[in-house]
Amino acid sequence: MKNNFWQNRGIPLAWLLLTRQPLRLLVAIAGICFAGILMFMQLGFRDGLFDASVTVHRLFDTDLVLMSPRSMSSISMSGFPRRRLVQTMAHKDVIGTTPVNWNFLLWRNPQTLSTRAILALGFEPSDPLLLDPGFQIKAQALKSSGRVLFDVLSREEFGPVPKWFAEGKVVETEVAGKRVRVAGLVSLGPSFGADGNLITSRETFLKLLPTTPPGSIEIGLIRLRPEADPEQVIESLTASLPNDVKVFTRKEFIDFEKNYWRTSTSIGFIFTLGAGMGFIVGCVIVYQILYSDVSDHLAEYATLLAMGYRLKTLFGVVAREGIFLAIMGYVPAYISGQALYALVRSSTKLPVEMDSQRAFLVFFLILFMCMASASVAMRKLVDADPAEIF
Amino acid sequence: MQIQLRFSNLLFIVKSFNNSKFNISTVQIESLSHWYGKGINRKQVLHNVSMKIEPGEVVLLTGPSGCGKTTLLTLIGALRKVEQGDLFVLGNQLRGSLRKTRQILRKNIGMIFQGHNLLRCLTAEQNVQMGSDLLRGLSYRDRRDHAREWLRAVGLEDQMSKLPHDLSGGQKQRVAIARALSARPKLLLADEPTSALDSVTGREIVSLLKRLAVNQHCSVLMVTHDPRILDVADRLIKMEDGRLQPVIE
Ligand SMILES: Nc1ncnc2c1ncn2[C@@H]1O[C@H](COP(=O)(O)OP(=O)(O)OP(=O)(O)O)[C@@H](O)[C@H]1O
Ligand SMILES: [Mg+2]
Repeated sequence: MKNNFWQNRGIPLAWLLLTRQPLRLLVAIAGICFAGILMFMQLGFRDGLFDASVTVHRLFDTDLVLMSPRSMSSISMSGFPRRRLVQTMAHKDVIGTTPVNWNFLLWRNPQTLSTRAILALGFEPSDPLLLDPGFQIKAQALKSSGRVLFDVLSREEFGPVPKWFAEGKVVETEVAGKRVRVAGLVSLGPSFGADGNLITSRETFLKLLPTTPPGSIEIGLIRLRPEADPEQVIESLTASLPNDVKVFTRKEFIDFEKNYWRTSTSIGFIFTLGAGMGFIVGCVIVYQILYSDVSDHLAEYATLLAMGYRLKTLFGVVAREGIFLAIMGYVPAYISGQALYALVRSSTKLPVEMDSQRAFLVFFLILFMCMASASVAMRKLVDADPAEIF
Repeated sequence: MQIQLRFSNLLFIVKSFNNSKFNISTVQIESLSHWYGKGINRKQVLHNVSMKIEPGEVVLLTGPSGCGKTTLLTLIGALRKVEQGDLFVLGNQLRGSLRKTRQILRKNIGMIFQGHNLLRCLTAEQNVQMGSDLLRGLSYRDRRDHAREWLRAVGLEDQMSKLPHDLSGGQKQRVAIARALSARPKLLLADEPTSALDSVTGREIVSLLKRLAVNQHCSVLMVTHDPRILDVADRLIKMEDGRLQPVIE
């Protein structure tokens, strides 16, 4: 069958039409590539920002999360009484809890001495907090007062803390106007709401932020017995707890944050619009190229009709030109997309990755763009009148 | 599947006409008339034209400019709808014919134009293969070899991979001849094939055309103004104001 197809092939007219006009082809490829890059960047930023909003959320060692119903997002967390978390311990499936304080504090860059808001998490150093197995040991250093663990992935504006620390220097600076010492480094990553992170003990946290009521926390982590059904536990916890707290599964906790950025900001809309612009620009370019290609070769197409070729065959030629353009434009767009993502990752620390879903999405958008333009350009083919060429 | 069946049926009809019609003329025209334009602009360009072309015959058509020669050629070439009169080409009635019938019929008619009308983006060999690609049931390699043979026959064996741009006018017209003949036509229509060439080259091209066509047992109808090439014809037809003049031997 395949061999048959190969034997039946004819002159690859579409390919030759494109490649024997290198300048036009180059313009077309550049245009499609540009549209593709625009789509990759816009969609990449959009997904990256949503993913970035939950970098820290993902790291918690927890099955369920307790939050105040007044908490809207990581940048506007409300407290709730710590008692609620203690109450959940009564449930038979709950094997451990960790109360966590969560707030933004001003960090003074030890080099430039300028300040910047950093996300500070406070917890009991003996409680489990992060999934990272090495964290428990580092957390021991927080048992002395005034010590913090600094996130190495924090943006550079917070100062050369990781470098100094690695060099063995004693790194001390001010947080919320109080002296702290960096007792270790952790690797969390900046999120959309926070440019940097630090972890400290609840004791230090309360010293840094004395206005926090001592019995109030922002999140409560709840770990369950492995065989427990989280949904059932949530149901019984919700029934037994007063409504000044809400219970989330780990996934709901992550989605809650993502959803905030998706719905309460125009990020999604703006970036989707940007990708749409790329799509439209691409359509116009491909249409222009294919339309002028068909017009320029109209006499030749008419000649082919006079020779006995079917109009459908000629439609096929234009369609194939569209497919070739799509492929030839996509490949450089994909490669540039990868490169730009790497650039974005290194300069903004935003977790932008080329995932296969987006790679396929952009490919199909480009293919659709080329095919739609080709089918509009095809209408010009109807003007090819073989009677007019004698 | 069904479309393919119907397609091969049509092909079969065309083929069977070709094979079983030793007594059928290649072209048979019976009081053919044609008009251009609509309403008050409507103007008759062909008046009751009747003629025949037998298999293997070489017929030249001459006449003053604007008398309707090209119109007649495009009608025979199944490029235009017949309005009035009977026109049989290779046994197919063209009045009221389907578009599909005309398209299949065109595969059996070679056409050579005043301008060469080669595809600019294809080499000489590829241009000729656009003709042989119309032959069904041959492998790619066979069709390519076929195209090469034809280029050799028109004396262009060392110009095969040149683009039309790099060929002279006479060479381009040779490629056009090779392309027209490589689809194994039963009828060759040529509209002033020599008008863009100097007289020596024109003469050469026409003799070549005639020799190759006759070898193929292919009928030729050629429109020309060039008095120096009239002697290649088996028969000469004169046209004036859309009417055929009495035949001169
Ligand atoms: N598409 C058309 N629409 C309207 N009138 C046409 C069209 N094509 C040709 N005509 C007219 O029909 C008449 C015959 O034209 P035709 O092209 O058949 O002449 P011709 O014999 O081939 O002339 P020439 O020797 O100059 O090529 C001319 O008067 C021409 O103006
Ligand atoms: Mg003419």
